[in-house]
Amino acid sequence: MGSLPLVWWLLAGICFIFSLGGLSRHETSRRGNWFGIVGMTIAIIAAFSLKMTGLEGTGIQPFGYGGLILLAAAIGGGTLIGAVLAKRVEMTQMPQLVAILHSFVGLAAVLVGLSNFGVQHFDDATMEHRIHLLEIALGVFIGGVTFTGSIIAWGKLDGRIGSKPLVIPQRHLLNLVMLVASLAMVVGIMFSGFTFGLIQLILVTAISFVLGAHLVMAIGGADMPVVVSMLNSYSGWAAAAVGFMLPNDLLIVTGAAVWLAAAVLF
Amino acid sequence: MIIFVPRESGENECRVAATPQSVKKLVKLGYQVQFEADCGLSAAFPNAEYVDAGAAVIDPETGWTKADIVIKVTPPTTDEVRRMKSGAALIGFVWPARSQNLVDTCAAQGITCLAMDCVPRISRAQKLDALSSMANIAGYRAIVEAANAFGSFFTGQITAAGKVPPAKVLVIGAGVAGLSAIGTARGLGAIVRAFDTRPAVKDQVKSMGAEFLELEYEEDESGEGTGGYAKEMSPAFIKAEMALFAAQAQDVNIIVTTALIPGKPAPKLITTEMVMSMTFGSVIVDLAAEQGGNCELTRPGEKYQTENGVTIIGYSDLPSRLATQSSSLYSNNIVNLLTDMTPEKDGVLVVNEDDQVVRGALVAHGGQVKWPPPVIANPSPPPKPAAANVESKPKAVPKTSWLANPGVMIGALLIALVGLFLFGSVLPIEFVSHLTIFVLSCFIGWQVIWNVTPALHTPLMSVTNAISGIIVIGGIMQMQVQWYSLPSLLAALAVLIATINIAGGFLVTQRMLGMFRKQG
Repeated sequence: MGSLPLVWWLLAGICFIFSLGGLSRHETSRRGNWFGIVGMTIAIIAAFSLKMTGLEGTGIQPFGYGGLILLAAAIGGGTLIGAVLAKRVEMTQMPQLVAILHSFVGLAAVLVGLSNFGVQHFDDATMEHRIHLLEIALGVFIGGVTFTGSIIAWGKLDGRIGSKPLVIPQRHLLNLVMLVASLAMVVGIMFSGFTFGLIQLILVTAISFVLGAHLVMAIGGADMPVVVSMLNSYSGWAAAAVGFMLPNDLLIVTGAAVWLAAAVLF
Repeated sequence: MIIFVPRESGENECRVAATPQSVKKLVKLGYQVQFEADCGLSAAFPNAEYVDAGAAVIDPETGWTKADIVIKVTPPTTDEVRRMKSGAALIGFVWPARSQNLVDTCAAQGITCLAMDCVPRISRAQKLDALSSMANIAGYRAIVEAANAFGSFFTGQITAAGKVPPAKVLVIGAGVAGLSAIGTARGLGAIVRAFDTRPAVKDQVKSMGAEFLELEYEEDESGEGTGGYAKEMSPAFIKAEMALFAAQAQDVNIIVTTALIPGKPAPKLITTEMVMSMTFGSVIVDLAAEQGGNCELTRPGEKYQTENGVTIIGYSDLPSRLATQSSSLYSNNIVNLLTDMTPEKDGVLVVNEDDQVVRGALVAHGGQVKWPPPVIANPSPPPKPAAANVESKPKAVPKTSWLANPGVMIGALLIALVGLFLFGSVLPIEFVSHLTIFVLSCFIGWQVIWNVTPALHTPLMSVTNAISGIIVIGGIMQMQVQWYSLPSLLAALAVLIATINIAGGFLVTQRMLGMFRKQG
């Protein structure tokens, strides 16, 4: 196998670029979607093959059969649930579905970040290690904002939450405080050991959840489509941040492309 | 009821009031349709197609005398009206202000006369606004005529044989005809400038791709009249306007004038001196020729060349010169009127005088002259650029937080870059190389999406969403040898929900695109 899966990832990345490009025009839109599906399939298969064998010199460790079965089950289950959701949804409920799907990406970023934190070695205090912790913390923070923000957007679009903007006095100040506190702790995590770092990371996660929810609560229901676009671009950020953390170039490339593609949309 | 479609009697009139397509719709409304042989021939609709659509040929004598409704394009002669039976209806262009005699004859004969030119210009009546339909065509044809008379390309080109400068077109009056002329000239590649006394049309002019000329004139005066027309302007305004035209005349190759003020002769905007100052080979198309012309040298109905080589086209029958198109639009206007007036779809015409649209169009009914109609309380809004093939909707720019602003994001990126330059020496190599990839990918994402078709926003959003599910790779890579450890379980959970996103996102996109295809 060697580094062949890395080449596959390159191919997947190209597929994603074609997919986004294809979707920007009517004539090529269907082909664009298929590019996306093919790219994703290639990427997942390549990831599996990498994890079966591991790769020397990259720190990628093989997983055993237990992990393989667990992941296969997760992918199978996720595909099934996703397919049923997509099939059942009414055309008029599409925006809600897209919003709730965003929240999944955010949550996945949080989970991957926490998981990655759990396997760090805290005995070396190199610059690489610190930067890595920074990447984890940022990834979790962005993922958290995307997660709750998307849930609120979904609730507003679906009419489960009143569409009126929730205006708390001094809300801008509140947002700022939350942001500054999070950033302070993100920096703190860089220079902390495991236990203290974990406490701060969990706090950052909690604050990011509150911040995401609060940001979107303050926006009226009519502006939700724009918010969904915004969250879409955040989910790109989250993917890119995870790419930095692992590290994985495919995630970085795709995340960045998604980020700006979505940013252009609103 | 029987609808009769006569052959137009006017000289050089090529249009017809019903096409095979519209006959089908009339039959569906419950009417029996009869037509005079060869009525649509000059508009490229052969008799056989009318028969296939469900109409019957009839000799004109029987047609006129037996019909319950006669639909025409141009006003009929009084002789023709006298042949109609009492109580029958006549629908067509009537121009009651100019043809009092015809209106009186209709009333005396007990004819219900509906003038397509008197349909009020309100939103609800847009679908039967035949004047707009014809103006649209006249604007298009004006450019075609100008291109025909003009000796060069409209578009600029760089060829092996040398450089060709683009033609410059000035359109005066940005109503339906003016906007249509602008769009057509732009489509051929010319540089187009437009002038109108109503500042409200500025956006429409711009959306059609023309430059909107403004006067260096301080007074706040709008030329907004009623019914989507302009009103007469003050002398000071006219002076400034004329100075602008004089300057433009020396620069442009083609002038199309469409300035009309209802009930008044067309304003003289292009003087003899201006024509004389134009370059040899220039073209003027005067769409106001029928009302006397906007150019002093216009000869209504004629095309001729002045001493200094300027071709002046004063045709007043431009729509008829595009007979197939104008017949289909006009016949649709008629069908729309008859649909409104046949509420039961049983082929019985109901004249409801309480209907503002019907009342506006009604010039004679039940032996009485009904024209002019009582003034409608609400003046009409400015006409939509119905002519516009590209009706641009103002893009909704909802207010959101600064976090949603791409500019802010890019600013942040730049700050980050500056930071990198400052700390670049101490950062790990691996991090910097990832960052390089990240930044370059950002630009790719931007470039790829920049020109997205608006209708595709939602599918594109859902596909970007599905692709951001690539985070699943992160989950997979995060799986540890001890699959039961907490990090592994978290990773598996991440994979599960990311996969929901992937499958859901792609499938939803597929469904949405399928919907587009069905519609398209």
